[in-house]
Amino acid sequence: MGKRKKQAAKEEVIDLSKAEEILDNYEGVQGALIPVLQKIQYEYGYLQEETINLVAERMNISASEIIGVATFYSQFRLEPRGVHIVKVCCGTACHVKGATKITKEFANKLNVAVGSTTEDNMFTLEEVACLGACSLAPIITLDGNVHGNMAPDGVGNIIQETGKHGSSK
Amino acid sequence: MAKKKSLTAKKKVTPKRPMIIVGMGTCGLGAGAKAVLESIEKELKKQKQTADVISTGCIGLCSHEVLVDVAMPDYSRVTYSKVKPDIIPQIIEEHVGKGNVVKKYAISQMPLNGRGVKQYRDLPLFDELDQNKNQVKVVTKNCGIINPEDIDEYIMSGGYKALEKILTKMTPKDVITEIGKSGLRGRGGGGFDTGWKWESTAKYVADQKYIICNADEGDPGAFMDRSLMEGDPHALLEGMVIGGYATGSTSGYIYIRAEYPLAIERLKIAIRQAKERGYLGKNILNTKYSLDIIIKEGAGAFVCGESTALQFSIEGKRGMPRTRPPQSVEAGLWDKPTCLNNVETFANVPIIINQGAAWYSKIGTEKSKGTKIFALTGNIKHAGLIEVPMGITVREIVFDIGGGVPKKKKFKAVQIGGPSGGCLPESYLDSPIDYESLKSAGAMMGSGSLVVVDETTCMVDMARFFLDFCTNESCGKCPPCRVGTVLMLDILNRITQGEGKEEDLDVLEKMSDEVRTMSLCGLGQSAPNPVKSTIRYFRDEYLAHIRDKECPTATCVALHKYTVISDKCTKCTLCIKNCPVDAISGSREEAAFIDKEKCIECNLCYDKCNFMAIK
Repeated sequence: MGKRKKQAAKEEVIDLSKAEEILDNYEGVQGALIPVLQKIQYEYGYLQEETINLVAERMNISASEIIGVATFYSQFRLEPRGVHIVKVCCGTACHVKGATKITKEFANKLNVAVGSTTEDNMFTLEEVACLGACSLAPIITLDGNVHGNMAPDGVGNIIQETGKHGSSK
Repeated sequence: MAKKKSLTAKKKVTPKRPMIIVGMGTCGLGAGAKAVLESIEKELKKQKQTADVISTGCIGLCSHEVLVDVAMPDYSRVTYSKVKPDIIPQIIEEHVGKGNVVKKYAISQMPLNGRGVKQYRDLPLFDELDQNKNQVKVVTKNCGIINPEDIDEYIMSGGYKALEKILTKMTPKDVITEIGKSGLRGRGGGGFDTGWKWESTAKYVADQKYIICNADEGDPGAFMDRSLMEGDPHALLEGMVIGGYATGSTSGYIYIRAEYPLAIERLKIAIRQAKERGYLGKNILNTKYSLDIIIKEGAGAFVCGESTALQFSIEGKRGMPRTRPPQSVEAGLWDKPTCLNNVETFANVPIIINQGAAWYSKIGTEKSKGTKIFALTGNIKHAGLIEVPMGITVREIVFDIGGGVPKKKKFKAVQIGGPSGGCLPESYLDSPIDYESLKSAGAMMGSGSLVVVDETTCMVDMARFFLDFCTNESCGKCPPCRVGTVLMLDILNRITQGEGKEEDLDVLEKMSDEVRTMSLCGLGQSAPNPVKSTIRYFRDEYLAHIRDKECPTATCVALHKYTVISDKCTKCTLCIKNCPVDAISGSREEAAFIDKEKCIECNLCYDKCNFMAIK
């Protein structure tokens, strides 16, 4: 909790105009909560307390209910993410072909636990259920780009090459 | 992603210019299709050649990606496999420039209908390749052939004819009767009679009715729906509009996983194009019928594949299943009658309308009609997307189409139906694949994932993997699923740690039945299936873990004894080089030996060994 407070202090005031815009677009649309949250997360990187409060007010849904929805779906996050997102597929085919070794290698090389972000805020390591490219198993996606037929030995290279491009996104 | 094209331009049947077609499904992109495409465009400019470069969806030969097809005017279309950017200059120079096939990389040719094509000598036909011989491509006939981002190509291959037919010549009742007669059953897993479902929706009167396409393909190991949506999105739209007309639906939703960005993109393009042409939207084809289709992106919850959970998710709530009745057909989305079908089911519909129920019902078995698309993956030579008639045997799929298990390893089992399905061992190789046979064997059609497992895979670990998946994905509403699966997982974890007890198996079996009978929805009801079926067919393996504290495949790390199997050791000395504490002795002449006193059980030697010589 303390960590989050520190972050909030660092980020100062959040510009809510984009969130307002998103909410304007969904005015009066039935069942719009999930797409609204998706768009806000896309814009802001994650769901901040301020934006959730705004959504609650504008859509007339209690903030606790919104948190209920946000925590139910694995896509939503309440914490900021790193610049680069590594998703290791843990589907059946990838599992059979050694996806756990890939995850372990990433965790070791980046010194980060699955589901969290490196200290320098460069990489977030995640596991996903199935990316649906099973014939290339084991696969990972890095910032949305698919890398197939991964081997533990290739992990270091991928990290290095991504790191070289710096923090640009 | 795609450049905007003028939509009114009709394609000529015979291309006057050479065509280069790149497979840009997710598999293709993962294998590097983007780099190949870029190098094609660069090379064309460099060699001053002109050709139409087109991207297409998945043709099913996923293990051969990147696939590049070259079609010269008047000649059949040649498929190159495993294309890398560095061979592009050669292909363009020889094939596009001089008209000579580059034999070294070409695998097959396809004479396409109505093009008056000349064939090349000494090049097998695409349909005669080993992996395609036993397939019947009905639903996937367009995948990998047409450009999915161009509605004209779909129309040219007979698309939207079925829609025209039903809107002008058939009443909704006629459509339902036809679909009922065809024997089409839901391809999402349950195997529900589609005609019956449509009829039930149609009979309720309401101001609003919904037709929903379930594209929340969360099953790990399954990608049939993704490939269909990426390769032939208009077929899904056409099927949905037909379904909407038959059931009297006023709006439609496609609920699709957010993990499928390419499929979402292509569906959006397809919807826009269909609207422009009047196949979708207000007064479809100038008739009284109107239907709009909205894409709803899922947010990452496996349980949303369950129909009531999916409907709650569309409403913007937590996707938790509810008790039934009322069934969705009576009170579904926003408490209105709702008809929900899977992607593949909808994609079958236009074919049935075009070819007739009588033709369709000739394919398949007595109770399971038509074809089924499977995602064939795991330890298999030709992984990919296959479409086979119902009733085909497991052996035909694994050995004839799939080419068997690679690296001379032995076939052990095939896992059908993902976390809700089960494993079928070697003794079931000759049993037919249809809804009923699979159920009686303890597996399930599921959505159609088919993972081949060889002798190096531990079945206990496999069961643990699936159960772990289900515990994570359980929505938490009903205790049998929320608590039961966790308790079962605890036992399995203990067994793989070497702390299993003899009575564990009985407890697991008993709990399997309890969780199955008492859970609220399909997720909990089918979660114990992988455990039950592995205990049924691989009891020995469980016992080896429990009694001998040994994992026969050396998969379970906690049970490793760290000894070298000298028969398997090739004296490559890789383990010796990698051991951080110098506990391994041996040389090029002498098999490795691990000194137990020094070994810190870091598992590095096991990971590095390429020959499974350490257990």
